[in-house]
Amino acid sequence: MSGTLEPSIERIHRAETLEDLNGEILALREAFEVEHLVYHSVNSTGEQYAALTYSDEWVDQYLTEDYARIDPVVQGCYRRFHPVDWKNLNWSGKAAREFMGRAQDAGVGNQGFSVPIRGPSGQFALFTVSHQCNDDEWAKYTETRTRDLILMSHFVNQKALEIERGTDITSLQSLSPREKDTLTMLAVGYSRAQAAESLSISEHTLRVYIESARFKLGAMNTTHALARALSMGLLVV
Amino acid sequence: MLRYLYADELARHPRLRKSTFSDRADQFHSRLGWDVSVNQDGLEFDAYDAMNPLYVIWQKPDGLHGGSMRFLPTTGETMVNDHFSDLTDGVHIASPFIWECTRFCLARDAAPNVSAALMLGGLEVGLGQHLSHAVGVFDARMVRIYRLLGWPPTILGTKGAGREATSVGLWSFAPELRAPLLRKSGLSEAISRHWYARAFGLREPLAATA
Repeated sequence: MSGTLEPSIERIHRAETLEDLNGEILALREAFEVEHLVYHSVNSTGEQYAALTYSDEWVDQYLTEDYARIDPVVQGCYRRFHPVDWKNLNWSGKAAREFMGRAQDAGVGNQGFSVPIRGPSGQFALFTVSHQCNDDEWAKYTETRTRDLILMSHFVNQKALEIERGTDITSLQSLSPREKDTLTMLAVGYSRAQAAESLSISEHTLRVYIESARFKLGAMNTTHALARALSMGLLVV
Repeated sequence: MLRYLYADELARHPRLRKSTFSDRADQFHSRLGWDVSVNQDGLEFDAYDAMNPLYVIWQKPDGLHGGSMRFLPTTGETMVNDHFSDLTDGVHIASPFIWECTRFCLARDAAPNVSAALMLGGLEVGLGQHLSHAVGVFDARMVRIYRLLGWPPTILGTKGAGREATSVGLWSFAPELRAPLLRKSGLSEAISRHWYARAFGLREPLAATA
């Protein structure tokens, strides 16, 4: 499943401007096979950036009516950090139900899944997919794609931060010597057990260092992380 | 019962909230002598409590706090990355699949099963939220208790000595940890899943086995 996302991730890595990124985010709709996809970021100073596939009419209506006040997705995700299926949000109020009706009229879909992201320095973002299908189909979809959605939401967020903030994000995301040592050993063919032994750390610790490096490198998995680190000239092997 | 509450949700339960932070003052300030701030009402808060963390709380039948721990995502600010990087080989631990767990606290009068129940709550969070690991900051002497509970952390490093000794460690999440924690906490799988589902929505059928 994750394999199908690699071309999208590579294109996101190549984005240099918010316009490039915007195009790649919109293209993710096909990679995730959903009707709509939204990425919305608010930084600590309140600056916002959004890329979304909804119709202009719905976006205008949402802003004019200030639906963020009653939207259960916003209410349920703001300042939180666990992904939510829209089904698990509170739609019981009259205003929320009316809002849902309008959203469905606008083609948002009857199903949705949102990943709240907490970034550095109080940054917050929300990555959402929405779709029209029955509950069983949606349950199958989220069961198989949740991990991919979490991964992708963070790739997009890291790229948006990198473009917006330039160099200060790079220093935050840079690999520590220990992470480079770990990746270097894997790159020269050590097994995890051998690498852990050489570094005098446990395999659990090694796994966490690899996972931290994978995240900072914006990679899908360990192999991809090694390829990215090598191509960026971070490892001396 | 186990409650899973973000800080803004806990604020709607004033008695539970107050007892949570006064028990934290009792444990971390009075008993362990850690360098923590206790306010004039005798409550212990730090900067991370202001970041809307997720608390896992054992609520006693009288509605008060019996024990708790605090989760924050490592993609944002964490105590480990801000203050303990000397214990992590300088690695800034960050991943959407690793959350930080801190302030593991037990009320003085906590029943013997509360520590296992809290660990069970932590496991439910990890398994339910697709996490691979939790990275924790804890009183070094807790290691013995974690080992007795059958879920010891991998220690990354320890600083300080005696009752002020503080460790950073890793817990890895695995479904097979659920059965022993259920047994040690005296809770059923159905009730544990019910408490989790009440907070996060049902992801797995109640009939599923670990």
